[in-house]
Amino acid sequence: MQLFLFVFPFYCSSSEDIHQLKYMAANRPRGGSFSRNLSASSTGVSHIPGLKHGPNGTMFLSSGIPDLDKILGGGFALGSLVMVMEDPEAPHHMLLLRNFMSQGLVHHQPLIYASPAKDPKGFLGTLPNPMASKDDKSRVHETEQEKGLRIAWQYKKYFGEQNSEQRDGKSEYCSDFDLRKPLERHFFSGQHIDCVSLRYSADLATFRERCSSFLSQVPRNIGNITGGRIAIQSLCSPQCEYSNEEWEMLSFVRSLKSLLRLSNAVAIITFPPSLVSTTFSKRMQHLADTLVSVKAIPDEDKELAKLLTGYQDMVGLLSVHKVARINTQPLLAVELYASSGSCSVSSKTGPTFS
Amino acid sequence: MANAPPSNLLDEVLDGKGDAVFSTSSDDGYGGGGGGRMILVEDCVETSGAFVVHHLLKRSLSPHSSDVVVFLSFAHPFSHYDRILRKMGCNLSVQRDSKRLLSFDMLRVERLGEDSHSDRGKTSDDRLMALYGEVQKAVEVCSSNEGRRHITLIIDDVSLMEVDANGSSNLVLDFLHYCASLTSQFGCSLIVLNHDDVYSTMDGPNLLLQLEYLADVVMKVEPLATGLATDVHGQLTVTNKGLEDGSGKSRNKVHNFHFRIKDSGVEYFYPGSKA
Repeated sequence: MQLFLFVFPFYCSSSEDIHQLKYMAANRPRGGSFSRNLSASSTGVSHIPGLKHGPNGTMFLSSGIPDLDKILGGGFALGSLVMVMEDPEAPHHMLLLRNFMSQGLVHHQPLIYASPAKDPKGFLGTLPNPMASKDDKSRVHETEQEKGLRIAWQYKKYFGEQNSEQRDGKSEYCSDFDLRKPLERHFFSGQHIDCVSLRYSADLATFRERCSSFLSQVPRNIGNITGGRIAIQSLCSPQCEYSNEEWEMLSFVRSLKSLLRLSNAVAIITFPPSLVSTTFSKRMQHLADTLVSVKAIPDEDKELAKLLTGYQDMVGLLSVHKVARINTQPLLAVELYASSGSCSVSSKTGPTFS
Repeated sequence: MANAPPSNLLDEVLDGKGDAVFSTSSDDGYGGGGGGRMILVEDCVETSGAFVVHHLLKRSLSPHSSDVVVFLSFAHPFSHYDRILRKMGCNLSVQRDSKRLLSFDMLRVERLGEDSHSDRGKTSDDRLMALYGEVQKAVEVCSSNEGRRHITLIIDDVSLMEVDANGSSNLVLDFLHYCASLTSQFGCSLIVLNHDDVYSTMDGPNLLLQLEYLADVVMKVEPLATGLATDVHGQLTVTNKGLEDGSGKSRNKVHNFHFRIKDSGVEYFYPGSKA
């Protein structure tokens, strides 16, 4: 099982539009006319695994979902705050969190995970494992077959090079995850992983301290960027004691945001908009740099089935409402919003990888 | 104290009837003359109004005038604005060094009053009062320095100020009232950004209504009602309040146009006139 994103335009109807939109999304990292020539200026930072240069002096880390990265123009910008609006009835936000956290562990990035569960460490056991890449398998086949092929032997080196280049490029920044396999042990060893249960804390002050000290440990100097990840699940969940203190939560989010801006980390917060007041929800949405919402698709909705190809395989819709605009006018986001009105998360059983 | 020649529709609208917004030298007959105006910018989650603030910031710092800007930024660090305005052709760092821009970066840790232990006992009330004290001092110094230099006070954005004040909109309103009093005392202008949709479900008097009452110009940024488009990013409604039309009656003048945001600025045009 693997997470797939299908981009489809919300407001457009013709297939011509779809191509145009896909094209726009793919061309995203190009940036405006003022962006620096990155290939010339990238000094040493470029080959840090898990990080990528973006326009306007920003750096990206991967969301763990290749298609979402593409839509967002490269991934989540370092220093940005990502908000996910949960569906009240389906736990699809957990899929996003899982991929986000797994990707971080694969890249050896420090992680802090907070949730209203009693034992948040248990969640680590559900993280997906990166998939063995297809290229790997085909290469094995090739080498086996090549023994019998004499004519093409001199081209072997070209094939080999190409393959390894592609494969490295992919595994370096964003992996495909197999949701059926738990993350292998060796990814956890020697990692900075912090799990916090928010259930019994009366306020968010202690957690704020923890985030602050976590962020101060993530290296900030240019030559040594790793990129930390903070994942907070269901911030306003009613199990937590502070959940009726809206201003307390807002001020926590605000101070977290200001801490993030000075650090090389990304925080992702999920919250249930249906359990809080509209005013509060809107304030949270304004605080977000990148705003995403997930929604389940009802089963056997005939009209939707007609509208969407591959309806049977889809489990939900993911909409991108806002994209981080650090150091730039809203330009990117508006255009991006237009381009990716909505896309669907589908959990699809891929070809068997036993 | 000539303003830069109007470069686009937004400037024309602001210049047309609102000379007092950006220069004290003209007497527009409003509030006994000399008093600056208050501009309220409203936006929503779908369409951010940040570009209007950037535009007004650049306008206030135009090289043709010697106006001073006091900038309270709650939403982004200074470097963010610096980078954006640089693309638009205005160097904030230089302006700050030449004392034309006084920036209060409210995202800095010491401003939030969390790390410093001496601040721990302070309530949000004290912090806002202290901030106002700083702003007032800055305005006083600027206005006494070189005679009648025009001062613009920009706040981005008020809803975050409410968060800092722990939800007490009365405190924020007090603060804004004080700032509004500066407009009559020193003739400075006040530009404030707030989010429309945060208050749309609130009953009774709320902060936004109070701000709309105080403001002379209300600019509302909205997405297109018909949905998303590639060449139009949204619409902007500018309401000039309380204009006298010769016969002594006052009326509101409303302008509506569309905009498209670009890296180095924003294109404004009347609905339907985009080629």
